[in-house]
Amino acid sequence: MEQPRFLLTGDTSLSVEFGNEISEAINRRIRAFGLALEAAAIPGVTELVPTYRSMMIHYDPEVIGYEALKARLTAVLGGLDQVALPPSQVLEIPVLYGGEAGPDLAFVAEHAGLTPEEVIARHTRPEYLIYMLGFTPGFTYLGGLDERLNTPRLAQPRVSIPAGSVGIAGSQTGVYPIASPGGWQLIGRTPVRMYDPHRAVPILPKAGQYIHFYPIDQAEYDRIAALEAGEGYTCRCHAREEDVQ
Amino acid sequence: MSITVLNPGLLTTVQDLGRVGYQQFGVSVSGVIDPRAAAIGNILVGNPQGEAVLECTLMGPQLKFETDEVIAITGGDLSPTVDGQPVPAYAALAVKAGQTLRFGVPKAGCRAYIAFAGGLDIPLVMGSRSTYMKAAIGGFEGRKLQKGDALGLRAPVAGYANLHQRAIAPEFVPRPVYTLRVVLGPQDDAFTPEGVATFLGSEYTVTNEFDRMGCRMDGPAIQHKNGGDIISDGIAFGAIQVPGSGKPILMGADRQTTGGYTKIATVISADFRLLAQLKAGDKVRFEAVSVQAAQQALHFQRGALALLADVVKG
Repeated sequence: MEQPRFLLTGDTSLSVEFGNEISEAINRRIRAFGLALEAAAIPGVTELVPTYRSMMIHYDPEVIGYEALKARLTAVLGGLDQVALPPSQVLEIPVLYGGEAGPDLAFVAEHAGLTPEEVIARHTRPEYLIYMLGFTPGFTYLGGLDERLNTPRLAQPRVSIPAGSVGIAGSQTGVYPIASPGGWQLIGRTPVRMYDPHRAVPILPKAGQYIHFYPIDQAEYDRIAALEAGEGYTCRCHAREEDVQ
Repeated sequence: MSITVLNPGLLTTVQDLGRVGYQQFGVSVSGVIDPRAAAIGNILVGNPQGEAVLECTLMGPQLKFETDEVIAITGGDLSPTVDGQPVPAYAALAVKAGQTLRFGVPKAGCRAYIAFAGGLDIPLVMGSRSTYMKAAIGGFEGRKLQKGDALGLRAPVAGYANLHQRAIAPEFVPRPVYTLRVVLGPQDDAFTPEGVATFLGSEYTVTNEFDRMGCRMDGPAIQHKNGGDIISDGIAFGAIQVPGSGKPILMGADRQTTGGYTKIATVISADFRLLAQLKAGDKVRFEAVSVQAAQQALHFQRGALALLADVVKG
Protein backbone atom coordinates (compact mmCIF):
# COMPACT_ATOMS: atom_id res chain seq x y z
CA MET A 1 0.00 0.00 0.00
CA GLU A 2 1.48 3.35 -1.03
CA GLN A 3 2.26 6.05 1.54
CA PRO A 4 -0.55 8.60 2.01
CA ARG A 5 0.17 12.07 0.60
CA PHE A 6 -0.70 15.42 2.17
CA LEU A 7 -2.30 17.77 -0.34
CA LEU A 8 -2.86 21.48 0.28
CA THR A 9 -6.46 22.56 -0.22
CA GLY A 10 -6.07 26.12 1.04
CA ASP A 11 -5.43 27.50 4.53
CA THR A 12 -8.35 25.94 6.46
CA SER A 13 -8.33 22.40 5.10
CA LEU A 14 -6.03 19.74 3.71
CA SER A 15 -6.49 16.42 1.99
CA VAL A 16 -4.84 13.12 2.84
CA GLU A 17 -4.71 11.05 -0.34
CA PHE A 18 -4.42 7.27 -0.06
CA GLY A 19 -4.09 6.37 -3.73
CA ASN A 20 -5.18 7.21 -7.21
CA GLU A 21 -7.78 4.57 -7.95
CA ILE A 22 -11.22 3.51 -6.83
CA SER A 23 -10.82 0.39 -4.71
CA GLU A 24 -12.36 -1.25 -1.68
CA ALA A 25 -8.91 -1.52 -0.10
CA ILE A 26 -8.39 2.25 -0.25
CA ASN A 27 -11.90 2.82 1.01
CA ARG A 28 -11.21 0.59 4.03
CA ARG A 29 -8.04 2.62 4.82
CA ILE A 30 -10.05 5.86 4.62
CA ARG A 31 -12.71 4.38 6.90
CA ALA A 32 -10.04 3.29 9.40
CA PHE A 33 -8.46 6.75 9.24
CA GLY A 34 -11.83 8.38 9.92
CA LEU A 35 -12.37 6.19 13.00
CA ALA A 36 -8.83 6.88 14.23
CA LEU A 37 -9.33 10.64 13.74
CA GLU A 38 -12.59 10.57 15.66
CA ALA A 39 -10.80 8.76 18.49
CA ALA A 40 -7.86 11.20 18.38
CA ALA A 41 -10.23 14.21 18.60
CA ILE A 42 -7.54 16.66 17.48
CA PRO A 43 -8.45 20.15 18.75
CA GLY A 44 -9.22 22.52 15.86
CA VAL A 45 -10.41 19.82 13.45
CA THR A 46 -13.92 20.85 12.43
CA GLU A 47 -15.06 18.51 9.69
CA LEU A 48 -14.03 15.28 7.95
CA VAL A 49 -15.04 14.58 4.34
CA PRO A 50 -14.19 11.11 3.04
CA THR A 51 -14.07 10.71 -0.76
CA TYR A 52 -13.11 7.90 -3.18
CA ARG A 53 -9.41 8.08 -2.41
CA SER A 54 -8.84 10.75 0.19
CA MET A 55 -9.95 12.29 3.45
CA MET A 56 -10.45 16.05 3.42
CA ILE A 57 -9.87 17.56 6.85
CA HIS A 58 -11.21 21.01 7.67
CA TYR A 59 -9.63 22.85 10.59
CA ASP A 60 -9.34 26.20 12.31
CA PRO A 61 -5.77 27.48 11.86
CA GLU A 62 -6.22 29.72 14.92
CA VAL A 63 -6.39 26.52 17.00
CA ILE A 64 -3.90 24.36 15.13
CA GLY A 65 -1.53 25.45 12.34
CA TYR A 66 -0.75 23.45 9.22
CA GLU A 67 2.59 21.99 10.41
CA ALA A 68 1.24 21.01 13.84
CA LEU A 69 -1.82 19.37 12.28
CA LYS A 70 0.34 17.50 9.77
CA ALA A 71 2.45 16.13 12.63
CA ARG A 72 -0.67 14.94 14.51
CA LEU A 73 -2.08 13.34 11.36
CA THR A 74 1.20 11.61 10.59
CA ALA A 75 1.10 10.05 14.06
CA VAL A 76 -2.48 8.89 13.51
CA LEU A 77 -1.53 7.43 10.11
CA GLY A 78 1.38 5.57 11.74
CA GLY A 79 -1.04 3.63 13.93
CA LEU A 80 -3.55 2.93 11.17
CA ASP A 81 -2.68 -0.75 10.81
CA GLN A 82 -3.60 -1.26 14.45
CA VAL A 83 -7.11 0.15 13.99
CA ALA A 84 -9.60 -2.69 14.33
CA LEU A 85 -12.35 -2.00 11.81
CA PRO A 86 -15.81 -2.87 13.12
CA PRO A 87 -17.97 -4.77 10.60
CA SER A 88 -19.45 -2.57 7.88
CA GLN A 89 -23.14 -1.85 8.16
CA VAL A 90 -25.54 -2.85 5.40
CA LEU A 91 -28.53 -0.60 4.82
CA GLU A 92 -31.55 -2.52 3.44
CA ILE A 93 -33.40 -0.34 0.92
CA PRO A 94 -36.82 -1.52 -0.37
CA VAL A 95 -37.46 -0.81 -4.06
CA LEU A 96 -40.59 -1.02 -6.18
CA TYR A 97 -39.18 -2.05 -9.56
CA GLY A 98 -40.64 -1.32 -12.99
CA GLY A 99 -43.97 0.23 -13.95
CA GLU A 100 -44.41 3.93 -13.32
CA ALA A 101 -41.72 3.79 -10.62
CA GLY A 102 -39.12 2.41 -13.06
CA PRO A 103 -40.02 3.52 -16.60
CA ASP A 104 -36.64 2.45 -18.05
CA LEU A 105 -36.58 -1.11 -16.65
CA ALA A 106 -37.66 -2.55 -20.03
CA PHE A 107 -34.93 -0.63 -21.86
CA VAL A 108 -32.24 -1.71 -19.38
CA ALA A 109 -33.41 -5.33 -19.78
CA GLU A 110 -33.38 -5.10 -23.58
CA HIS A 111 -29.93 -3.46 -23.55
CA ALA A 112 -28.58 -6.25 -21.35
CA GLY A 113 -30.36 -9.01 -23.25
CA LEU A 114 -32.18 -10.05 -20.07
CA THR A 115 -35.76 -10.19 -18.89
CA PRO A 116 -36.90 -7.45 -16.47
CA GLU A 117 -37.10 -10.14 -13.75
CA GLU A 118 -33.45 -11.04 -14.38
CA VAL A 119 -32.45 -7.35 -14.16
CA ILE A 120 -34.19 -7.11 -10.77
CA ALA A 121 -32.49 -10.31 -9.60
CA ARG A 122 -29.07 -9.03 -10.63
CA HIS A 123 -29.67 -5.56 -9.18
CA THR A 124 -30.76 -6.92 -5.80
CA ARG A 125 -27.91 -9.45 -5.52
CA PRO A 126 -24.85 -7.31 -4.57
CA GLU A 127 -24.11 -5.31 -1.47
CA TYR A 128 -23.01 -2.00 -2.94
CA LEU A 129 -20.19 -0.16 -1.16
CA ILE A 130 -20.90 3.53 -0.51
CA TYR A 131 -17.59 5.06 -1.57
CA MET A 132 -18.71 8.59 -0.83
CA LEU A 133 -21.60 11.03 -0.87
CA GLY A 134 -21.69 14.16 -3.00
CA PHE A 135 -23.45 16.00 -5.83
CA THR A 136 -26.62 16.60 -3.78
CA PRO A 137 -27.50 15.89 -0.11
CA GLY A 138 -27.57 12.14 0.41
CA PHE A 139 -26.43 11.15 -3.11
CA THR A 140 -24.32 7.99 -2.84
CA TYR A 141 -21.53 6.93 -5.18
CA LEU A 142 -21.88 3.14 -5.13
CA GLY A 143 -19.52 0.45 -6.32
CA GLY A 144 -20.40 -3.10 -7.32
CA LEU A 145 -22.99 -2.95 -10.11
CA ASP A 146 -23.26 -6.18 -12.12
CA GLU A 147 -21.38 -5.38 -15.36
CA ARG A 148 -24.18 -6.89 -17.41
CA LEU A 149 -26.45 -4.07 -16.20
CA ASN A 150 -24.17 -1.26 -17.47
CA THR A 151 -26.45 1.02 -19.49
CA PRO A 152 -25.67 4.39 -21.09
CA ARG A 153 -27.45 7.48 -19.81
CA LEU A 154 -30.56 8.80 -21.52
CA ALA A 155 -29.74 10.80 -24.64
CA GLN A 156 -32.20 13.42 -23.42
CA PRO A 157 -32.10 13.93 -19.63
CA ARG A 158 -35.44 14.22 -17.82
CA VAL A 159 -36.37 17.65 -16.48
CA SER A 160 -37.45 16.28 -13.11
CA ILE A 161 -36.97 12.92 -11.49
CA PRO A 162 -38.92 12.15 -8.31
CA ALA A 163 -37.02 11.70 -5.04
CA GLY A 164 -36.34 8.04 -4.30
CA SER A 165 -35.85 7.05 -7.95
CA VAL A 166 -33.36 4.20 -8.39
CA GLY A 167 -31.32 4.37 -11.56
CA ILE A 168 -28.39 3.15 -13.60
CA ALA A 169 -25.89 5.31 -15.50
CA GLY A 170 -22.95 3.57 -17.14
CA SER A 171 -21.41 1.36 -14.45
CA GLN A 172 -23.04 3.32 -11.62
CA THR A 173 -26.26 2.71 -9.75
CA GLY A 174 -27.88 4.80 -7.05
CA VAL A 175 -30.87 6.61 -5.58
CA TYR A 176 -31.91 10.21 -6.30
CA PRO A 177 -32.31 11.61 -2.76
CA ILE A 178 -34.11 14.77 -3.91
CA ALA A 179 -36.19 15.56 -6.97
CA SER A 180 -33.81 16.83 -9.64
CA PRO A 181 -33.17 16.77 -13.36
CA GLY A 182 -31.09 13.84 -14.56
CA GLY A 183 -30.20 11.37 -17.26
CA TRP A 184 -30.11 8.08 -15.38
CA GLN A 185 -32.08 5.05 -16.56
CA LEU A 186 -34.80 4.66 -13.92
CA ILE A 187 -35.55 1.08 -12.93
CA GLY A 188 -37.48 1.58 -9.70
CA ARG A 189 -38.25 3.79 -6.73
CA THR A 190 -37.83 3.50 -2.98
CA PRO A 191 -40.41 4.93 -0.58
CA VAL A 192 -37.59 5.48 1.95
CA ARG A 193 -36.48 9.07 2.44
CA MET A 194 -32.73 8.98 2.00
CA TYR A 195 -32.67 12.65 2.98
CA ASP A 196 -34.93 14.73 5.21
CA PRO A 197 -33.42 18.01 6.42
CA HIS A 198 -35.73 18.18 9.44
CA ARG A 199 -34.99 14.68 10.78
CA ALA A 200 -32.62 14.13 13.71
CA VAL A 201 -30.41 12.21 11.27
CA PRO A 202 -30.98 14.19 8.05
CA ILE A 203 -29.12 11.79 5.77
CA LEU A 204 -29.52 8.03 5.99
CA PRO A 205 -26.48 6.57 4.14
CA LYS A 206 -22.89 7.10 5.24
CA ALA A 207 -19.63 6.57 3.38
CA GLY A 208 -18.15 3.13 4.17
CA GLN A 209 -21.55 1.48 4.65
CA TYR A 210 -23.11 -0.83 2.07
CA ILE A 211 -26.53 -0.62 0.47
CA HIS A 212 -28.57 -3.69 -0.42
CA PHE A 213 -31.74 -3.27 -2.47
CA TYR A 214 -34.67 -5.67 -2.13
CA PRO A 215 -37.84 -5.79 -4.22
CA ILE A 216 -41.22 -4.83 -2.76
CA ASP A 217 -44.73 -4.66 -4.21
CA GLN A 218 -47.04 -1.65 -4.49
CA ALA A 219 -48.82 -2.44 -1.19
CA GLU A 220 -45.55 -2.51 0.76
CA TYR A 221 -44.42 0.65 -1.07
CA ASP A 222 -47.61 2.44 -0.01
CA ARG A 223 -47.28 1.19 3.59
CA ILE A 224 -43.70 2.48 3.94
CA ALA A 225 -44.51 5.74 2.11
CA ALA A 226 -47.37 6.35 4.58
CA LEU A 227 -45.03 5.74 7.51
CA GLU A 228 -42.43 8.12 6.03
CA ALA A 229 -45.14 10.78 5.65
CA GLY A 230 -45.99 10.36 9.33
CA GLU A 231 -43.83 9.16 12.19
CA GLY A 232 -41.06 7.88 9.91
CA TYR A 233 -39.83 4.48 8.77
CA THR A 234 -36.61 2.90 10.01
CA CYS A 235 -34.68 0.86 7.46
CA ARG A 236 -33.20 -2.42 8.55
CA CYS A 237 -29.46 -2.01 9.04
CA HIS A 238 -27.19 -4.95 9.94
CA ALA A 239 -23.55 -5.94 10.11
CA ARG A 240 -22.13 -7.25 6.85
CA GLU A 241 -21.84 -11.03 7.06
CA GLU A 242 -18.56 -11.11 5.17
CA ASP A 243 -16.99 -8.82 7.80
CA VAL A 244 -18.35 -10.74 10.78
CA GLN A 245 -16.77 -14.05 9.75
CA MET B 1 -43.02 41.22 11.48
CA SER B 2 -40.18 43.70 11.33
CA ILE B 3 -39.23 43.93 7.66
CA THR B 4 -41.35 43.71 4.51
CA VAL B 5 -39.73 42.98 1.15
CA LEU B 6 -41.10 45.51 -1.35
CA ASN B 7 -38.70 44.36 -4.06
CA PRO B 8 -36.26 41.47 -3.65
CA GLY B 9 -33.55 42.80 -5.98
CA LEU B 10 -31.59 40.43 -8.19
CA LEU B 11 -30.59 37.77 -5.67
CA THR B 12 -31.02 38.44 -1.96
CA THR B 13 -30.60 35.51 0.42
CA VAL B 14 -30.24 34.88 4.14
CA GLN B 15 -26.70 33.61 4.88
CA ASP B 16 -24.58 32.96 7.94
CA LEU B 17 -21.20 31.21 8.06
CA GLY B 18 -22.67 28.10 6.46
CA ARG B 19 -23.73 24.57 7.29
CA VAL B 20 -20.71 22.96 8.92
CA GLY B 21 -20.41 19.21 9.41
CA TYR B 22 -22.56 17.86 6.58
CA GLN B 23 -20.18 17.90 3.60
CA GLN B 24 -19.56 14.18 4.17
CA PHE B 25 -23.26 13.70 3.34
CA GLY B 26 -23.11 15.76 0.15
CA VAL B 27 -24.61 18.92 1.68
CA SER B 28 -23.04 22.11 0.32
CA VAL B 29 -21.77 24.52 2.97
CA SER B 30 -23.43 27.69 1.58
CA GLY B 31 -22.99 30.82 3.72
CA VAL B 32 -21.79 34.34 2.94
CA ILE B 33 -19.24 34.69 0.14
CA ASP B 34 -17.59 37.59 2.01
CA PRO B 35 -17.33 36.48 5.65
CA ARG B 36 -15.33 39.55 6.60
CA ALA B 37 -17.91 42.09 5.38
CA ALA B 38 -20.67 40.11 7.10
CA ALA B 39 -18.65 39.95 10.33
CA ILE B 40 -18.02 43.71 10.33
CA GLY B 41 -21.73 44.43 9.78
CA ASN B 42 -22.64 42.15 12.66
CA ILE B 43 -20.06 43.72 14.96
CA LEU B 44 -21.32 47.24 14.16
CA VAL B 45 -24.90 46.32 15.13
CA GLY B 46 -23.83 44.41 18.24
CA ASN B 47 -24.36 40.85 16.98
CA PRO B 48 -22.04 37.86 17.23
CA GLN B 49 -19.80 37.86 14.13
CA GLY B 50 -21.41 34.77 12.61
CA GLU B 51 -25.05 35.95 12.85
CA ALA B 52 -27.16 35.56 9.68
CA VAL B 53 -27.31 38.58 7.36
CA LEU B 54 -28.90 39.37 4.01
CA GLU B 55 -26.52 38.93 1.09
CA CYS B 56 -27.49 41.21 -1.82
CA THR B 57 -26.14 40.77 -5.34
CA LEU B 58 -25.57 43.70 -7.76
CA MET B 59 -29.14 45.03 -7.57
CA GLY B 60 -30.08 45.25 -3.91
CA PRO B 61 -33.59 44.91 -2.45
CA GLN B 62 -36.18 47.43 -1.22
CA LEU B 63 -37.04 46.75 2.40
CA LYS B 64 -39.67 48.51 4.51
CA PHE B 65 -39.12 48.57 8.25
CA GLU B 66 -42.15 47.99 10.44
CA THR B 67 -40.34 48.73 13.72
CA ASP B 68 -37.44 50.93 14.84
CA GLU B 69 -34.26 48.96 14.17
CA VAL B 70 -30.49 49.20 13.93
CA ILE B 71 -28.86 47.91 10.74
CA ALA B 72 -25.49 48.12 9.03
CA ILE B 73 -24.59 47.74 5.35
CA THR B 74 -21.15 46.45 4.38
CA GLY B 75 -19.35 44.89 1.42
CA GLY B 76 -19.65 46.32 -2.09
CA ASP B 77 -21.24 49.75 -2.71
CA LEU B 78 -24.68 49.12 -4.18
CA SER B 79 -25.84 52.74 -3.50
CA PRO B 80 -28.01 52.33 -0.41
CA THR B 81 -30.57 55.02 0.50
CA VAL B 82 -33.12 55.37 3.30
CA ASP B 83 -36.24 57.28 2.22
CA GLY B 84 -34.27 58.53 -0.75
CA GLN B 85 -31.30 59.89 1.23
CA PRO B 86 -27.91 58.23 0.68
CA VAL B 87 -26.72 56.48 3.84
CA PRO B 88 -23.17 55.57 4.82
CA ALA B 89 -21.96 52.00 4.55
CA TYR B 90 -19.85 50.40 7.30
CA ALA B 91 -21.86 52.33 9.91
CA ALA B 92 -24.65 51.36 12.28
CA LEU B 93 -27.87 53.10 11.17
CA ALA B 94 -30.96 53.65 13.31
CA VAL B 95 -33.96 53.25 11.03
CA LYS B 96 -37.52 54.11 12.03
CA ALA B 97 -40.75 52.22 11.53
CA GLY B 98 -42.17 53.18 8.14
CA GLN B 99 -38.83 53.97 6.51
CA THR B 100 -37.67 52.20 3.36
CA LEU B 101 -34.16 51.02 2.49
CA ARG B 102 -33.46 50.97 -1.24
CA PHE B 103 -30.43 50.20 -3.36
CA GLY B 104 -29.60 51.96 -6.61
CA VAL B 105 -26.94 51.28 -9.20
CA PRO B 106 -24.01 49.07 -8.20
CA LYS B 107 -21.05 51.47 -7.84
CA ALA B 108 -18.33 49.18 -6.57
CA GLY B 109 -18.14 45.42 -6.14
CA CYS B 110 -20.84 42.81 -6.44
CA ARG B 111 -22.24 41.91 -3.03
CA ALA B 112 -23.50 43.99 -0.11
CA TYR B 113 -24.50 42.66 3.29
CA ILE B 114 -27.23 43.93 5.60
CA ALA B 115 -26.84 43.06 9.27
CA PHE B 116 -29.77 43.51 11.67
CA ALA B 117 -29.28 44.10 15.41
CA GLY B 118 -30.79 41.17 17.27
CA GLY B 119 -30.57 38.81 14.32
CA LEU B 120 -33.06 37.62 11.70
CA ASP B 121 -35.77 35.28 12.98
CA ILE B 122 -34.97 32.38 10.66
CA PRO B 123 -35.13 28.74 11.82
CA LEU B 124 -31.93 26.72 11.97
CA VAL B 125 -31.76 23.83 9.50
CA MET B 126 -28.92 21.42 10.21
CA GLY B 127 -27.38 24.00 12.49
CA SER B 128 -27.40 26.94 10.07
CA ARG B 129 -29.63 29.74 8.77
CA SER B 130 -27.89 29.81 5.38
CA THR B 131 -30.01 29.47 2.25
CA TYR B 132 -29.02 26.42 0.18
CA MET B 133 -31.03 27.07 -2.95
CA LYS B 134 -30.23 23.86 -4.83
CA ALA B 135 -31.67 21.72 -2.01
CA ALA B 136 -34.29 24.36 -1.11
CA ILE B 137 -33.44 24.44 2.59
CA GLY B 138 -32.40 27.06 5.12
CA GLY B 139 -32.81 30.82 4.95
CA PHE B 140 -36.27 32.11 4.05
CA GLU B 141 -38.19 28.97 2.97
CA GLY B 142 -35.10 27.63 1.22
CA ARG B 143 -35.12 30.28 -1.50
CA LYS B 144 -34.08 33.81 -2.43
CA LEU B 145 -36.33 36.59 -1.14
CA GLN B 146 -39.47 37.48 -3.08
CA LYS B 147 -41.77 40.49 -3.12
CA GLY B 148 -44.10 40.43 -0.12
CA ASP B 149 -41.90 38.28 2.12
CA ALA B 150 -42.00 39.37 5.78
CA LEU B 151 -38.93 38.86 7.94
CA GLY B 152 -38.88 38.99 11.72
CA LEU B 153 -36.07 39.82 14.12
CA ARG B 154 -35.31 37.68 17.17
CA ALA B 155 -34.40 40.55 19.53
CA PRO B 156 -34.73 43.92 17.76
CA VAL B 157 -32.73 46.88 19.08
CA ALA B 158 -34.15 50.38 18.53
CA GLY B 159 -30.90 52.28 19.10
CA TYR B 160 -27.48 52.47 20.73
CA ALA B 161 -26.17 55.34 22.87
CA ASN B 162 -22.82 55.16 21.04
CA LEU B 163 -24.35 54.80 17.57
CA HIS B 164 -21.96 57.31 15.94
CA GLN B 165 -18.98 55.32 17.22
CA ARG B 166 -20.23 52.20 15.48
CA ALA B 167 -18.66 53.02 12.13
CA ILE B 168 -15.45 52.43 10.21
CA ALA B 169 -14.16 53.55 6.81
CA PRO B 170 -15.68 51.50 3.97
CA GLU B 171 -13.22 48.75 3.14
CA PHE B 172 -13.93 47.72 -0.38
CA VAL B 173 -12.17 49.75 -3.07
CA PRO B 174 -12.45 48.74 -6.73
CA ARG B 175 -9.15 48.06 -8.47
CA PRO B 176 -8.09 47.87 -12.12
CA VAL B 177 -6.70 44.38 -11.43
CA TYR B 178 -7.42 42.28 -8.35
CA THR B 179 -4.56 40.19 -7.02
CA LEU B 180 -5.85 37.08 -5.30
CA ARG B 181 -3.30 35.25 -3.18
CA VAL B 182 -3.45 31.48 -3.52
CA VAL B 183 -1.95 28.37 -1.97
CA LEU B 184 -0.98 25.95 -4.75
CA GLY B 185 -2.58 22.51 -4.64
CA PRO B 186 -4.18 20.03 -4.29
CA GLN B 187 -3.50 19.04 -7.94
CA ASP B 188 -0.85 21.55 -9.02
CA ASP B 189 1.25 18.53 -10.01
CA ALA B 190 -1.34 17.66 -12.67
CA PHE B 191 -0.17 20.69 -14.68
CA THR B 192 2.98 21.23 -16.72
CA PRO B 193 5.49 23.75 -15.30
CA GLU B 194 4.43 26.01 -18.20
CA GLY B 195 0.80 25.56 -17.14
CA VAL B 196 1.56 26.69 -13.58
CA ALA B 197 3.59 29.62 -14.97
CA THR B 198 0.66 30.62 -17.21
CA PHE B 199 -1.70 30.52 -14.23
CA LEU B 200 0.56 32.68 -12.04
CA GLY B 201 1.73 35.00 -14.82
CA SER B 202 -1.47 35.86 -16.70
CA GLU B 203 -4.43 38.12 -16.29
CA TYR B 204 -7.86 36.47 -16.18
CA THR B 205 -11.23 38.11 -16.79
CA VAL B 206 -14.44 37.25 -14.95
CA THR B 207 -17.06 36.05 -17.46
CA ASN B 208 -20.85 36.48 -17.27
CA GLU B 209 -21.08 33.07 -15.65
CA PHE B 210 -20.58 33.87 -12.00
CA ASP B 211 -22.88 32.95 -9.16
CA ARG B 212 -22.73 31.62 -5.61
CA MET B 213 -21.52 28.24 -6.87
CA GLY B 214 -18.60 29.45 -8.92
CA CYS B 215 -17.07 32.05 -11.15
CA ARG B 216 -15.83 31.17 -14.64
CA MET B 217 -12.82 33.09 -15.88
CA ASP B 218 -11.41 33.67 -19.33
CA GLY B 219 -7.74 34.03 -20.21
CA PRO B 220 -4.78 31.97 -21.39
CA ALA B 221 -5.46 28.24 -21.14
CA ILE B 222 -3.59 26.46 -18.33
CA GLN B 223 -1.85 23.37 -19.67
CA HIS B 224 -2.44 19.99 -18.02
CA LYS B 225 -0.05 17.07 -18.15
CA ASN B 226 -2.79 14.48 -18.81
CA GLY B 227 -6.14 16.25 -19.05
CA GLY B 228 -8.34 17.89 -16.47
CA ASP B 229 -10.21 14.91 -15.06
CA ILE B 230 -9.44 13.23 -11.74
CA ILE B 231 -11.19 10.75 -9.50
CA SER B 232 -13.57 13.01 -7.54
CA ASP B 233 -12.31 14.48 -4.28
CA GLY B 234 -13.35 17.26 -1.89
CA ILE B 235 -13.66 20.90 -2.96
CA ALA B 236 -12.71 23.78 -0.65
CA PHE B 237 -14.19 27.31 -0.72
CA GLY B 238 -11.95 29.31 -3.04
CA ALA B 239 -10.63 26.26 -4.91
CA ILE B 240 -9.63 27.03 -8.49
CA GLN B 241 -10.85 24.21 -10.73
CA VAL B 242 -9.30 23.84 -14.15
CA PRO B 243 -11.27 21.47 -16.40
CA GLY B 244 -9.99 20.21 -19.75
CA SER B 245 -10.60 23.62 -21.38
CA GLY B 246 -7.76 25.05 -19.27
CA LYS B 247 -9.93 27.99 -18.15
CA PRO B 248 -10.10 28.44 -14.36
CA ILE B 249 -13.29 28.39 -12.27
CA LEU B 250 -13.30 29.90 -8.76
CA MET B 251 -15.46 27.77 -6.49
CA GLY B 252 -17.85 29.67 -4.19
CA ALA B 253 -19.96 28.99 -1.11
CA ASP B 254 -22.65 26.95 -2.91
CA ARG B 255 -20.09 24.67 -4.60
CA GLN B 256 -20.72 20.95 -4.70
CA THR B 257 -18.90 19.09 -1.95
CA THR B 258 -16.93 16.91 -4.37
CA GLY B 259 -15.83 17.18 -7.96
CA GLY B 260 -13.85 15.46 -10.67
CA TYR B 261 -11.76 18.31 -12.12
CA THR B 262 -8.17 19.19 -11.28
CA LYS B 263 -7.75 22.04 -8.82
CA ILE B 264 -4.55 24.02 -9.32
CA ALA B 265 -4.76 26.23 -6.20
CA THR B 266 -7.03 27.69 -3.52
CA VAL B 267 -7.64 31.39 -2.82
CA ILE B 268 -6.53 32.22 0.72
CA SER B 269 -9.24 32.97 3.29
CA ALA B 270 -7.97 36.52 3.85
CA ASP B 271 -8.75 37.32 0.19
CA PHE B 272 -12.33 35.98 0.12
CA ARG B 273 -13.36 39.61 0.60
CA LEU B 274 -11.97 40.35 -2.88
CA LEU B 275 -13.23 37.14 -4.49
CA ALA B 276 -16.74 37.99 -3.20
CA GLN B 277 -16.79 41.32 -5.00
CA LEU B 278 -15.73 40.12 -8.46
CA LYS B 279 -18.19 40.67 -11.30
CA ALA B 280 -18.23 40.25 -15.08
CA GLY B 281 -15.34 42.05 -16.76
CA ASP B 282 -13.13 42.34 -13.65
CA LYS B 283 -9.45 41.46 -14.12
CA VAL B 284 -7.70 39.05 -11.79
CA ARG B 285 -4.14 37.88 -11.20
CA PHE B 286 -3.05 35.06 -8.93
CA GLU B 287 -0.07 35.18 -6.59
CA ALA B 288 1.23 32.06 -4.84
CA VAL B 289 1.96 32.26 -1.10
CA SER B 290 2.83 29.60 1.47
CA VAL B 291 0.12 28.08 3.64
CA GLN B 292 1.91 29.60 6.65
CA ALA B 293 1.69 33.10 5.13
CA ALA B 294 -1.99 32.52 4.33
CA GLN B 295 -2.73 31.48 7.91
CA GLN B 296 -0.79 34.49 9.21
CA ALA B 297 -2.88 36.84 7.02
CA LEU B 298 -6.09 35.24 8.33
CA HIS B 299 -4.78 35.58 11.90
CA PHE B 300 -4.24 39.34 11.42
CA GLN B 301 -7.70 39.77 9.93
CA ARG B 302 -9.35 37.95 12.81
CA GLY B 303 -7.33 39.97 15.29
CA ALA B 304 -8.53 43.20 13.70
CA LEU B 305 -12.14 42.02 13.91
CA ALA B 306 -11.75 41.16 17.60
CA LEU B 307 -10.29 44.62 18.20
CA LEU B 308 -13.19 46.27 16.36
CA ALA B 309 -15.66 44.27 18.44
CA ASP B 310 -13.95 45.58 21.59
CA VAL B 311 -13.92 49.20 20.45
CA VAL B 312 -17.57 49.15 19.39
CA LYS B 313 -18.71 47.95 22.82
CA GLY B 314 -17.45 51.33 24.13
